[in-house]
Amino acid sequence: MARMKFLCDADRCIECNACVTACKNEHEVPWGINRRRVVTINDGKPGERSVSMACMHCTDAPCAAVCPVSCFFTTADSVVLHSKDLCIGCGYCFYACPFGAPQYPRVGNFGSRGKMDKCTYCAGGPEAENTAANYAKYGTDRLIEGKLPLCAEMCSTKSLLAGDGEIIAQIYKERVMKRGYGSGAWGWQTAYRETIAV
Amino acid sequence: MAPLFTRVRLVFGALALFALVFAAVPAGAQQPNSVNPTADSVNEKQLLQEFGKVRGRGSIPDTKSFTIVRPAGRDWRHFHEVTLRWIGAIAILGMVVLLVVFYLARGMVRIESGRSGRTIMRFNGIERFVHWMTATCFIVLAITGLNITFGKVLLLPLMSPQAFSDWSEWAKYAHNFLSFPFTLGVVLIFFMWLAGNIPNWVDWEWLKRGGGIVGHDHPPAYKFNAGQKAIYWIQVIAGTAMVISGYVLIFPFYGTDVANMEAAQVVHGIIAMLFIAIMIAHIYIGTIGMEGAFEAMGTGEVDVNWAKEHHSLWLEKELAGDRKAPPPQGAAATPAE
Ligand code: HEM
Ligand code: SF4
Ligand code: SF4
Repeated sequence: MARMKFLCDADRCIECNACVTACKNEHEVPWGINRRRVVTINDGKPGERSVSMACMHCTDAPCAAVCPVSCFFTTADSVVLHSKDLCIGCGYCFYACPFGAPQYPRVGNFGSRGKMDKCTYCAGGPEAENTAANYAKYGTDRLIEGKLPLCAEMCSTKSLLAGDGEIIAQIYKERVMKRGYGSGAWGWQTAYRETIAV
Repeated sequence: MAPLFTRVRLVFGALALFALVFAAVPAGAQQPNSVNPTADSVNEKQLLQEFGKVRGRGSIPDTKSFTIVRPAGRDWRHFHEVTLRWIGAIAILGMVVLLVVFYLARGMVRIESGRSGRTIMRFNGIERFVHWMTATCFIVLAITGLNITFGKVLLLPLMSPQAFSDWSEWAKYAHNFLSFPFTLGVVLIFFMWLAGNIPNWVDWEWLKRGGGIVGHDHPPAYKFNAGQKAIYWIQVIAGTAMVISGYVLIFPFYGTDVANMEAAQVVHGIIAMLFIAIMIAHIYIGTIGMEGAFEAMGTGEVDVNWAKEHHSLWLEKELAGDRKAPPPQGAAATPAE
């Protein structure tokens, strides 16, 4: 089985936000929740770079470790999913997540934030079935249809890569060799405890 | 036939163009050497070393999302999953073991002179109500809080994931809403018993003589002895800390960031464990640890001999203040004896 990862080549990202829009539309993500976002560092200064970030589907995921009801599980493709039926909305996963990925439909309301929502790697929910109920909770399951996450699929500059970690690392490596520079695989060291050596 | 002048101009023009192109080529070839696109580009490792996180500007209202990498979340994970569990296990189990050993060695502290049969009012209805309201809230808060820390280790294996989630959700609501009466209790206890809990020299003497719990001595004390004063101040200070850190947790990101939330949880968690351990000792002394103590918060009336042994100065004051308080021979309560 593949070890699915995301990689954002910041030297290609043009901050068009198409990935954000694609995700919102594909899964009908509610207002106020962003499973993916684009952040620009050094905005307007020399050396400006943009990074598209969502859940990285970490190795030994911190969110899963701290969840008091253990509602996370990792699929055979190393995608980190959670069950909205079990989540109690405590907000702990957000504290532990190094990428700020978990989102909540409500802000506070005496500690009740509603069911946590985050990027599913377009792999739906725990049931692995494209039913209306699952769609409402998690969005579509593209992976089961053999398709990769839509954000990466429709990235116009192919800055955002999704797929097997080894393959996307190879693609990135070749790019860096060819063009002679690269600002690195953002978040990889934190998420996967390894980075791409070029 | 074109005039010669025009031809010459054409030739010169062509030559000039050639010259321009040739001059431009080496300049263009130098371009990659003089411009390095990554020269001032940001570097993740460097940013992490410098700021501990990578933050930029985003285009959605949620400013928390502008932080893209923050590895510190993993330290908090370690605290929550490992450190806090150890603190809790050592504090709570350690206290239980200590009390069992103490009980086996010392047994229940008896009323040495036996019961007199006469009682005296120690805590009135309002005091008892406030005490039990706070105590009930505390016990529910402690159990539902410990469920967050230990539930998935101790309870989840015993039930279905859905049942555990349902219970945890209710537990969370109980924890959140009982925080209000608990807070009220902390405030009321503070004002209600403040006067009796100012430390004085009697406490010093009481402590030096082992408080009558460790040995068999009965050092004098007013309404509250040094041990009870300690419980009072722990309740007030730790209770306040729990309330403040708890409300920070209940209202997430109201003027706080992720690091503040984590800090609030660390404070809340550590103090909770120590607080629970201390309250177990408090419950021990109030029940099986000492004969006649529970009545003070049960019926509100304590035996006069109990008061004489544990709170002699308080008893003297009460008797001096109201000589008629205890009837001479337990008149109404125990007529036949
Ligand atoms: C005003 C009072 C309090 C408030 C507002 C409050 C609030 C909270 C909140 C919001 C949480 C986070 C978990 C969740 O969302 O379910 C929490 C956790 C916790 N609380 Fe409280 N609490 C209060 C008092 C107490 C008291 C008195 C105790 C102990 C006797 C306690 C023990 C705990 C424990 C052990 C945790 C779990 C810590 C962890 O493992 O993360 N709390 N509390
Ligand atoms: S990025 Fe955050 S939410 Fe996603 S797996 Fe890692 S810790 Fe969990
Ligand atoms: S918010 Fe839900 S998924 Fe996140 S830690 Fe709490 S219970 Fe688990």
